[in-house]
Amino acid sequence: MVGNEILGRQDTAAPSAPLAIELRGISKSFGPVQANKNISIRVARGSIHGIIGENGAGKSTLMSILYGFYKADSGEILIGGKTVTIPDSQSAIRAGIGMVFQHFKLVQNFTVLENIILGAEEGRFLRPSLTKARAVLKKLAEDYELDVDPDAVVEDLSVGHQQRVEILKALYRQADILILDEPTGVLTPDEADHLFRILRGLRDQGKTIVLITHKLREIMEITDHVSVMRRGEMVATVTTADTSPEDLAELMVGRKVLLHVEKSPANPGRTVLEVENLRVVDDNKVERLRGISLQVRAGEILGIAGVAGNGQSELLQVLGGISNGTGIVRLNGESLDVTGKHSDGQTRRAKGIAHVPEDRQHLGLIMDFTAWENMAFGYHNAPEYQRNALLMNNEALRADTARKMERFDVRPPNPTLAAKSFSGGNQQKIVVAREIERNPDLLLIGQPTRGVDIGAIEFIHKQILALREAGKAILLVSVELDEIMSLSDRIAVMFDGRIMGERLPDQTNERELGLLMAGMGDK
Amino acid sequence: MDRMPKWADALLVPLISLIIAFFISGLVILAIGEDPIAAMKLMIDGALGSTYGWGYTLYYATNFMFTGLAVAVAFHAGLFNIGGEGQATLGGLGVAVVCLALPWPHWSLALGAAVIGAAAFGALWAAVPAWLQAKRGSHIVITTIMFNFIAASLLNYVLVNIMRPVGSMDPASARFAVETKLPRLHEILGLVGIPFNNRNPANISLLIAMAACVLVWVLIWHTRLGYQIRAFGKSEKAAVYAGIRPVRITMYAMLISGGLAGMMAVNNVMGEAQRLVLNSVEGAGFIGIAVALMGRNHPFGVFLAAILFGFLYQGGAELALWTKIPRELIVVVQALVILFTGALDNMVRMPVERVFMAFRKAK
Repeated sequence: MVGNEILGRQDTAAPSAPLAIELRGISKSFGPVQANKNISIRVARGSIHGIIGENGAGKSTLMSILYGFYKADSGEILIGGKTVTIPDSQSAIRAGIGMVFQHFKLVQNFTVLENIILGAEEGRFLRPSLTKARAVLKKLAEDYELDVDPDAVVEDLSVGHQQRVEILKALYRQADILILDEPTGVLTPDEADHLFRILRGLRDQGKTIVLITHKLREIMEITDHVSVMRRGEMVATVTTADTSPEDLAELMVGRKVLLHVEKSPANPGRTVLEVENLRVVDDNKVERLRGISLQVRAGEILGIAGVAGNGQSELLQVLGGISNGTGIVRLNGESLDVTGKHSDGQTRRAKGIAHVPEDRQHLGLIMDFTAWENMAFGYHNAPEYQRNALLMNNEALRADTARKMERFDVRPPNPTLAAKSFSGGNQQKIVVAREIERNPDLLLIGQPTRGVDIGAIEFIHKQILALREAGKAILLVSVELDEIMSLSDRIAVMFDGRIMGERLPDQTNERELGLLMAGMGDK
Repeated sequence: MDRMPKWADALLVPLISLIIAFFISGLVILAIGEDPIAAMKLMIDGALGSTYGWGYTLYYATNFMFTGLAVAVAFHAGLFNIGGEGQATLGGLGVAVVCLALPWPHWSLALGAAVIGAAAFGALWAAVPAWLQAKRGSHIVITTIMFNFIAASLLNYVLVNIMRPVGSMDPASARFAVETKLPRLHEILGLVGIPFNNRNPANISLLIAMAACVLVWVLIWHTRLGYQIRAFGKSEKAAVYAGIRPVRITMYAMLISGGLAGMMAVNNVMGEAQRLVLNSVEGAGFIGIAVALMGRNHPFGVFLAAILFGFLYQGGAELALWTKIPRELIVVVQALVILFTGALDNMVRMPVERVFMAFRKAK
């Protein structure tokens, strides 16, 4: 009823202003997979246009076609009303399109200025280009709040500043249309706000911005129009002011989704994990954890918030037995060796610690292994997987995997498929199923829903809460502040290897957490 | 969804590669003024046309099975062991020490001890590079190839200065006692009434090699150690997450690999020569790399590829004997086989995949 009404809505926001981009009937398939099906979209000049969709909905493919990385099987591209062909990224740049990728494409040991002119040098010598770029940069900085020190070396810049360099690069090449792919994934809330100010400034100067994201909040905050993609199709384009996050989520997934996690009040019991003065020094002798102390009790979720790269990964890894450190760690009152001399991931598991790692593709799964081989990963010594002292019981393992895939709704529920042939969300479900089904006393879980579609996010959140209901301790690390806020019973914020402070989710807000994440804490 | 069925991946693609390799070999033979059809016929006749030829083919294949398995096991752990040559050399030393140390009453006892001796010496020779790789990060490709040279020099020294019988001018060990002589293939087949030529060196080691293929298959796909080896080989980072210790797995995989390479000596030293001579391995350690490559590191693939290379070896020897085609040409043929089945694999695979995809679409 309501659902059908929303799903049936098409192009309520056909822009009347002149168009910057028009795509007509774009289709692209990779072998049997149709990534884009007959996609048409119209982006008005001087607007911020959001493109939202789950992973694998075809957003990136569409933008890659626009930027000349892929050639569409059929369809037309019009830039500023004129039909163009874009066989490569040089043509895209000439057509006035600039792209800011999720993973920056900067030369780390070049200065900002050198990066900006890279590929756009003029003449035989560098000096004139550099001088010209310096002047242009100064003007851009004044016009759009895009201030970056032109002589700074890129690797010394913060992520937010590096992103500005990418934007400057595009503007220096006289881009009229700026495409940003998941630009806020690596930013603090403050940096994201700054980025949005920059984007609004650009729009007001007549630039066109295309923003690809999976964060509904950002779409609502900054875009003028939003297009929703689902399974390779463009399901709707709407005016942002006329829609709501719930409507968009439903359009993305194709069914009603609970955006807010329903959870009962915490009922914390005895202390399960106690950490005192935990320190980790990495291979380059840099101290990544500088004396972490925390506690997680049974039936409680402790959320660790922070911008990526402030020691959260190291915390999970040292607790999970992947890397070594010094300090006191106690599990259920029993002290645990973290130096790596007497313990590893196996002894952690034996003590009841399960670990869903942040990076499922490189740590949590072996992508070439089948689902059933992955289901034993880390638990390959478990007695129920052995036939006898010598041989493993692969049949039992396959049957066990089939059951767990059924229970966790992994699609397709085929234990003999390789992990790499599942979507991100289903890969994550395999890892979560493997770790949660062990019924651990302590679950370490990092970025549980990174690159996971909305439907699966809801499911994984429910599983984490169910484990909490069962009286287990959970240490949750996520860079998604929404996720931390909605799941955690307590929130600790990490910055530069330290815990800057602890807050209760209902007594804090994003602004306060954002300040802690930026290192302005109470310590 | 798989791009093509398993049988096509495992059999069709190598077969097409092989045909191309033979075709180009034919062109080379034509270029030196010989008749490729006659040469091919001679190779097939010489290697497979009689039980005598088969005997030699299988004798060589036995060597290649051991060294091929050695490379395959290490490869599953992500380690490229190209020291099979040296490990097999040391395996020979192990066999000689075992056979000469005691007055063995019966070949079966001597065989058991020789297998252990060969494997132990081969494993020992692989252990040092493995340790250096696991603990110090010295690249195993570099260290194993260095150890091939050290093994050759060591054998030289041991044969000349220690094992050479007094008064002998030949850098070789004493002949083993006649009790240690292994049953030949014609004797074994004779038991079940199959007539087989008796002037070839194929012996009971072939059965050991075949058993080793099965055991390696069980090891890799049905044991915890094999699971850990494969996991480590696919991703060391992920293995550490799972609590698999890299040092331990590197050592185990290389010990097994070196042991398998060493066991080759049971065939050539004990089964054929009945004494230890210089350069008894004759490059079989390196052929093992090609065999593993062509067999896709699967023990049964290694078995088939070993027989193919046995055929090339024996056929090549016949070619050199009966025509003006030099023996070196067979190295060219082997190189082409390796080139097409290994290095240029995708050249054949991609078009075949496309054919299957098109076929599937048409359905």
